[in-house]
Amino acid sequence: MGVAALMTQSDDVKATVEWAEQFQGNYRLMTAAEKAEARARLERRYSAQYSKKVTVDTSEALPGVLMGYALNIRKCIGCRRCVNACVEENNQSRGKNPGERIEWIQVLRMERGEFSKEKMNEGYPEGLGIQVGGNAYTPAGQVLEGQYHYEPALVPEKDATYMPIACMQCEKPPCVKVCPVRTTYREADGPVVIDYNWCIGCRMCMGACPYWARRINLTTPVLPKAEMNPVTHYLGNRPRMRGVVEKCHWCLQRTRQGRYPACVEVCPVGARKFGNLLDPQSEVSLILARKNVFRLKAELNTFPKFFYFYD
Amino acid sequence: MHTLIKFVIDYTRYVLKGGAKFYAWMGFLAVLSAGALYGFYLQNTEGLIVTGLSSQIHDGLYFANLVFLVGVAAGAVTIVFPAYIYHHKAMHEVTVLGEMLAISAVCMVMLFVFAHMGRPDRLWHMLPFVGIFNMPGSMLAWDVLVLNGYLMLNFACGFYYLYAKYTGGHVNNKIFMPLVYTSIVWALSIHTVTAFLIASMPARPMWFHSMMPIRFITTAFAAGPCLIILAFMIIRKNTKFWIQDDAIDVLSNIVTWCLGLALFLTMSEIVVELYARTEHANGLYYLMFGLHGLTRLVPWFWSSLAFMIIAFVMFLMPSVRTNYKLLPIACVLAFVGIWIEKGMGLIVPGFIPTPIGEVIEYYPTLIEIVMTVGIWAMGLFIWSILLKGAIGILVHDLKYEGSDAGKSIDFPSSGETAASASR
Ligand code: SF4
Ligand code: SF4
Repeated sequence: MGVAALMTQSDDVKATVEWAEQFQGNYRLMTAAEKAEARARLERRYSAQYSKKVTVDTSEALPGVLMGYALNIRKCIGCRRCVNACVEENNQSRGKNPGERIEWIQVLRMERGEFSKEKMNEGYPEGLGIQVGGNAYTPAGQVLEGQYHYEPALVPEKDATYMPIACMQCEKPPCVKVCPVRTTYREADGPVVIDYNWCIGCRMCMGACPYWARRINLTTPVLPKAEMNPVTHYLGNRPRMRGVVEKCHWCLQRTRQGRYPACVEVCPVGARKFGNLLDPQSEVSLILARKNVFRLKAELNTFPKFFYFYD
Repeated sequence: MHTLIKFVIDYTRYVLKGGAKFYAWMGFLAVLSAGALYGFYLQNTEGLIVTGLSSQIHDGLYFANLVFLVGVAAGAVTIVFPAYIYHHKAMHEVTVLGEMLAISAVCMVMLFVFAHMGRPDRLWHMLPFVGIFNMPGSMLAWDVLVLNGYLMLNFACGFYYLYAKYTGGHVNNKIFMPLVYTSIVWALSIHTVTAFLIASMPARPMWFHSMMPIRFITTAFAAGPCLIILAFMIIRKNTKFWIQDDAIDVLSNIVTWCLGLALFLTMSEIVVELYARTEHANGLYYLMFGLHGLTRLVPWFWSSLAFMIIAFVMFLMPSVRTNYKLLPIACVLAFVGIWIEKGMGLIVPGFIPTPIGEVIEYYPTLIEIVMTVGIWAMGLFIWSILLKGAIGILVHDLKYEGSDAGKSIDFPSSGETAASASR
């Protein structure tokens, strides 16, 4: 790759830096000096590539912090602003062709369903007089396949409810367990991150994730210069390369600096809450203490730090 | 040392010369392999976007072939086991051919790994010492370990035996037998670990059951010997080396019962999953009947089942099993049936629906098909080279100069004499 880059890219900074990146070690195991070097290298390359001053944050987990997220399922109106804010904030690929657009958040649309008198006697096996079914063929509160790329004119729709999902930042993340080269790991303050430079693109983690939270960069991400967000974190939203896996990291570039994730900030109805689970006075802690809370797929023992609640 | 160098040189020389048929065959494979190289090039310049893969269905034809070929590699043990545990004489003479199959199958697996990876240029991250190995957590790390171990074991066993034959010396059983026994157990381990690789993910309900390893082993021990029987037929036709009927019969017996078991296990799974028809059965249901009007895999499933059942019935009938005109047909049916079952019938529907319930279809692109065919061609290329040399040594065309290896046994040249000689 490095050789190829050297030969095909006219952009010298990019080529030489990629060449050096090719041989760098696993980020987690780098010394402070190596990290600083890697950071400087990246800042140089990105700045040249996107023609603006790009910063690559390398701040570590803050002691005494365990990030947590809560989402009010009653409030979500399915406007998908969080999805778009996330794409913009985190430098996701935004091409038009299939495989070129990457979204970390999905807002699942769920049918309200209906039960009707006419169907009282329906069922199968047809005509045998044994009823197994009846009305149960219209879904209620069920995700209909492929229904998260919807673009309704008006939200919320009358016959639908919404269930936003993204990476749950599991406490026992199956994706981390299966990674053969320890590219993806859990940071001390909670989020599960990926060292994009170390990922070999084997996609084991994608198979293991029960929440379908990971995406593979099938091609070089489409990221127009003007739209690139120059405030980045090494383990967060820095531009990715082809062939690696990426996912939500709770906006490390923001949250490690005391800000909210982009999706929390943008939500027009305030359905999304974020905070420190170790601080009993934080918003999420108060929600956990007072509201009706549940997690998705609890039976899989992944212990998400992403909680759903309703009041 | 000198002998060893001589061995390598002689071996290479012997392999390089052959008849027109041999050159045509190798040339044909080389052309197909060139296609794969072009595919590699495209994938590494354009990315995996040239394949039919997506974030939903991120493992496809490559992964399926990888899984299948691990089974073929493990299947080589169906020769080694009877030869060394039951001291089956006819098998003993051909064990080394099975080992050569194992070597080439593992090579193909490695090539498919390269094709499958998003960043094959970073595979060095998996090397011990320079990279990091996620042991014991990652099943893929274990898989890499057992596969490489198996490759080395078979290489050691196979070539040690050939070298001994070449020099006319004797095989030192103190070194050789422990290696053979290890390789027998190891063969089971490679396919078991591959089964665990996919069965250990609760996120994929279709794979998440403990029957997976045994299903893998039974299909492997049917597909592997099928391929070996076919190869034996070809070898009998085209070389001086006569493989005894007895060896083929043992193999077809093994295929019969492993295939039967595989069908039984498939049936069990279908009954358990589809009777209750929970959400977890969606993958299987999609495979068998389609889901939400999407039915691309349905013909694959039923054709695979039909192939396997027809093959099983054929194998059950002694008149077919011992009829060497019909036997290859049964073998091809079983082999293709299992190949479909492992690929389009197991890997792909594992991703449909996705964990969030999305139903998306996958179909390999032309590039993927070219790559797959090409990698198979590379594997057959390697296998042909290995077999040619091995047979050369076994029939004493290829021997250390001055050794009297050739004089010890005289090989009968026709089927009749071989059969009567063995009785
Ligand atoms: S939701 Fe998926 S990607 Fe996120 S931590 Fe859990 S298993 Fe990993
Ligand atoms: S795709 Fe990357 S992060 Fe995922 S398991 Fe493979 S190496 Fe690890």
